[in-house]
Amino acid sequence: MTRTSALLSAAAVALIALSGGWLPIWVLPISTVALGNGLAVLGMIVLWRAGLVSFGQALYYAAGAYAVALAARHLGIRDAVLLVVIGTLAAAALAYVAGFLLARYRGIFFAMLSLALSMILYGLLVNSQTLGASDGLSVPRATFLGFEPRGDDYTWALFAFTLALVWLSAAAVELYGATIAGALSRPMVDNELRIEFLGVSVDRLVHMKVVIAGLLTGMGGSVVGLSVAHVDPAMAFWTTSGGFVFVAILAGTASVWGAFIGALAFEAVRTFAVSTMPGTWQMTLGAALLLTILFVPQGIGGLIFRRRRATGAKP
Amino acid sequence: MTILSAQDLGKSFGSFVAAHGISCDIARGETVGIIGANGAGKTTFVNMISGHLAPSQGRITFHGRDITGLASRKITQLGIGRSFQVAQVFGTLTVLENMCVATAIARAGAALWPMTRRRIAAPEIVRDAQTALTQFGIAQYGDMLANTLSQGVRKILDVAMAAARDPLLIMLDEPTSGVSRQERHDLMTHVMGALRQRGVTILFVEHDMELVEAYAERVLAFIDGTIVADGSPQAVFTREDVRARITGHAPAARAAGGAHA
Repeated sequence: MTRTSALLSAAAVALIALSGGWLPIWVLPISTVALGNGLAVLGMIVLWRAGLVSFGQALYYAAGAYAVALAARHLGIRDAVLLVVIGTLAAAALAYVAGFLLARYRGIFFAMLSLALSMILYGLLVNSQTLGASDGLSVPRATFLGFEPRGDDYTWALFAFTLALVWLSAAAVELYGATIAGALSRPMVDNELRIEFLGVSVDRLVHMKVVIAGLLTGMGGSVVGLSVAHVDPAMAFWTTSGGFVFVAILAGTASVWGAFIGALAFEAVRTFAVSTMPGTWQMTLGAALLLTILFVPQGIGGLIFRRRRATGAKP
Repeated sequence: MTILSAQDLGKSFGSFVAAHGISCDIARGETVGIIGANGAGKTTFVNMISGHLAPSQGRITFHGRDITGLASRKITQLGIGRSFQVAQVFGTLTVLENMCVATAIARAGAALWPMTRRRIAAPEIVRDAQTALTQFGIAQYGDMLANTLSQGVRKILDVAMAAARDPLLIMLDEPTSGVSRQERHDLMTHVMGALRQRGVTILFVEHDMELVEAYAERVLAFIDGTIVADGSPQAVFTREDVRARITGHAPAARAAGGAHA
């Protein structure tokens, strides 16, 4: 990320955060959830750039959300920043452990093994009385560095906080893409053998990307848990992962911002479809996905942002 | 000084014996040609040394260290580079980007943490990559996607990437296969020139006996999975079994370092 684009995007994010004060208040919680899901999609993009698709990101999403709920309920932690840090690190730690298994697989095996792990968590959550079983857990209201906003102010504070996380994450992923490890994504898809014979373990690169994706997805789950004020096992269900795959296709891998624009668009289409055609809203979403794949295979990111070379090496 | 030593090396796949009883010592700085008919065990030998295949028996010592059965990336890190019969490059990247990847990994030492802190497009990496492409005579292809290259250029790029880490030993598996006769000498001139500039020990598998004569100081002849002759090109090429099974009725050896050196 160049200095100019960093400043521009920061200014844009700040402007959106401030404009949140004038937007109709009902837009904010939906947008916060959409941006939280966008963080999960950003994680999917990190994997996808290296040719990996995970059908089980809900594992880390639920792990982050439940970690926030448990830390708030049992440890009495109220600070939103601290709670999100806890949720994010919990998901990253889980991804680190799962990575030892996942990093040995590619393609459909990687995808389905991810799915299997998330369904194990789903089964555990549904059956565990201490974790609220199928009802889930409620999440108490958070504070922000000592401030205790109420009512609409709380909604706005959470929205602005999420936007800050979005900017930080997008910038970090952009910076990572310019590093050697990040730029090895395309070569990993092209030729694993050559990478091994340059002295680098492809499995360890995959492991690193699993952790990055898990961390971002966990951060998204934490934010959504706080925003909805409730976590339940559906967050770990495979349809949640499917939603992330859906938005990832909508977003494309060309730009980190595509993840958030895609997530907001998805939420908008779903809200619109559910309210206007309650019986057939899935059909609308399906049609949207079909049209994306047919006409915008590069996704929203590719449509809006010009495609950059993976290594960034310009002669 | 011996840099690589193989003792009684063998590889079997089930009941099929691909290589057996291979013993040899390679001295530092030598250029060694490996000849043999298809299926004689040449590539199996290279694969075992580079860690692509684990030997079924025997021992490999490199630079005073037992490397038998180590993972290929460990062996690469210890200083053995290799190219492949089918060039292994990154098809959707340009030639310069390919070289940048190899250079960047070499500079970062292949450990994940430094690779996560350093930028791939750092000026010194791009500069070193350009220099390497110039040394290997393929700088003019810098902007082309590796997928669109001719076989010869792909092969040179494969070698250049293997050499990025400044290995002590480099192994070239049929560097000129699939390359037209006219282009072969050009290719070998560029590749051998650049490698000798680096003082690297070279093992190369080659079917073109003229090229073996021109570049090898020593020849290992493989027949039926093992080394049957080891010596100067003249000595090896005049042997009865080598002429019968490998070189056919090719003209007798001329002095090494002759017409094409």
